[in-house]
Amino acid sequence: MSVWFQNFFKRNGIGLSLFLLIAVFVWVVLMIVLPQLLMLDFSFRFNWHHMNPSKMGGPDDVYTLTHYKFLVYGSPNNPDPFNIVDVTVFFRTILAAIFVTMFDLALCYPIAYYLAQVAKGARARFLVVALIVPFWVNEILRAFAFRILFGEEGSLNSLLLAIGLLDEPVDFIRENVALYAGLGYAYVLLMIFPIYNAVESLDRNQIEAARDLGAGWFRIHRRIVMPFAKPGITSGCTMVFMLTAGALALPQIIGGPSSLWFTQIIYQWFNTGSNWPRGSAYAIVLLISCVVLLLFLMRLFKVRIGEIGR
Amino acid sequence: MSADVQLENIGVQFGEFVAVREASVTITGGEFFSFLGPSGCGKTTLLRTISGFQLPSTGRVLIDGQDMAGIGPNHRPTALIFQNLALFPLMTVWENISFALEVKGVGRTERRRRADELLEMVALPGQADKMVDELSGGQKQRVAVARALCAEPEVLLLDEPLSSLDLKLRQHMRTELRVIQQRAGITFIYITHDQGEALTMSDRVAVMRQGVIDQVADSTTVYDQPETAFVASFVGENNAFSGSVAEVSSESVLVETTLGIFSCRTSGSSSLSKGDAAIVFVRPESLFFVDDVGARNRLDATLVNQEFEGHFWHLLLKARDGHPMRMSVINDGRSSRQQTGSDVTVGFETNGAVALPSGELAAD
Repeated sequence: MSVWFQNFFKRNGIGLSLFLLIAVFVWVVLMIVLPQLLMLDFSFRFNWHHMNPSKMGGPDDVYTLTHYKFLVYGSPNNPDPFNIVDVTVFFRTILAAIFVTMFDLALCYPIAYYLAQVAKGARARFLVVALIVPFWVNEILRAFAFRILFGEEGSLNSLLLAIGLLDEPVDFIRENVALYAGLGYAYVLLMIFPIYNAVESLDRNQIEAARDLGAGWFRIHRRIVMPFAKPGITSGCTMVFMLTAGALALPQIIGGPSSLWFTQIIYQWFNTGSNWPRGSAYAIVLLISCVVLLLFLMRLFKVRIGEIGR
Repeated sequence: MSADVQLENIGVQFGEFVAVREASVTITGGEFFSFLGPSGCGKTTLLRTISGFQLPSTGRVLIDGQDMAGIGPNHRPTALIFQNLALFPLMTVWENISFALEVKGVGRTERRRRADELLEMVALPGQADKMVDELSGGQKQRVAVARALCAEPEVLLLDEPLSSLDLKLRQHMRTELRVIQQRAGITFIYITHDQGEALTMSDRVAVMRQGVIDQVADSTTVYDQPETAFVASFVGENNAFSGSVAEVSSESVLVETTLGIFSCRTSGSSSLSKGDAAIVFVRPESLFFVDDVGARNRLDATLVNQEFEGHFWHLLLKARDGHPMRMSVINDGRSSRQQTGSDVTVGFETNGAVALPSGELAAD
């Protein structure tokens, strides 16, 4: 270890080495690991720990599973066997995040392939700009724009009514169509660019060789392009899934009135519910579930974690 | 099964640039046929046109008499071996080889059996389960050949597949490819800028220049009976002397150059008449030292440099007007040796010199 540090300092010089070490320490330890550990600790405390610091360190200051129990079983007076509301919202959030991720993948893979292998020069640059520029619009503004677009009196309804596909307006916001569309749209770039990066380095001769050997387009993508782009696909899916599952603003603004996002429940515990330990417990459950799910899927599709960084 | 390949007036244009111009040639089934030319002469474009990756602007490709227009590369009876081989890095050797069968929906055991068979054929047994990147350059070469043969093509197209190998291996693979071709009994169309490859392996060679096929003939004819000045200067070494035709007779022509009047033979179908601009080509091995100054086909020169290559001495001479010349002297202990820097007189037979109409020469 000390040899490694010696070499590290020798290679980068003292100034750069110190900067790198301090920056990485501040970033990883102070800003990521430590707050999460505090959250973890918090989630095992009684709520007075947050409300009434004077009792801290006293005889009542012990660890408890009460908040985790609450997530699963609800309050002690709950007549149901489970905390149906919270558990349902939890699973619905995870499923919706998976759905949005798959939707983004299906949407972005062809675009990324087109950008990386088909479009050339000026056209490719124009497309990239056209993809990026809409994201100059602030997220809240974009969300409200989606409200207008998908509202009962919105442009989409007017259009569908005008061309006769609908007889009466559909409330796309109540049906959560607006939410899924908004979440899908919010993270398209995070899906497109990792896949684009991966596909771009694919030798075009590979595609032509497969075609020459008789393969049709579907097989070429399944056997040649997709396996090659797997690290990019994984990294895109990881980011989109994590961000979708953890989104707050979009569900708040364009989510249907009857459907909560799990993050909204967490937010309520922290904010209006004034129960930080319970909010922490909920947040920790969401974090760990998402990570476990991702690791499971990566194992299923035989992706090693190091490949994502490529 | 081997099929004829007919190219009828193929023209390929990229915007303003004409890559191939009116290329017509018929390649017989079972033949080892090479397109030879410098880089940028359009030979790769022509190969891509045969395989279906490039659509011709004009003309037709017929394979086994069938017009290939509208038939995609995946439905043509051709298989292409790419310059960089384009093996699939995420598949094992046998999966690579049997990919064409996988496309056809053949079962795994049968695919594996066929892959093993082909590995045997390309002299690479027991490597089936390796990943492609674990193989050496020559082994990858063989896998690429096996993968293409697995598609059971009637025509195998090879795009300079040996160019990335080192010299020894390249020479070995030449023989090897020839053997594989005879064993497989199918038409091979080979693209190369390396005349050694083209001359040693091919039944016939087409020499290409700037999108045009200059000559189609077997190796010895291309070497001994060039049709154009380009072919004479591109295939093998040649000394070129420009001049004009002074006299034409049935057996020979006299060409007047700045270095004297040379008597030469004509070649192929090229016709020369009195007054035409012509170039006299003399091969380095056709030159010899002489004593009798003043006779016909004699040149005074200075011996500038001598390189020893074992079986040959390669000499660099400079003619009186500064024109550089190459000369090869066989090292059989009988030919005379001269001091570097000395003035010498060299000569050649009428039969050892070819007069051709003036035209573009190959770049050195």
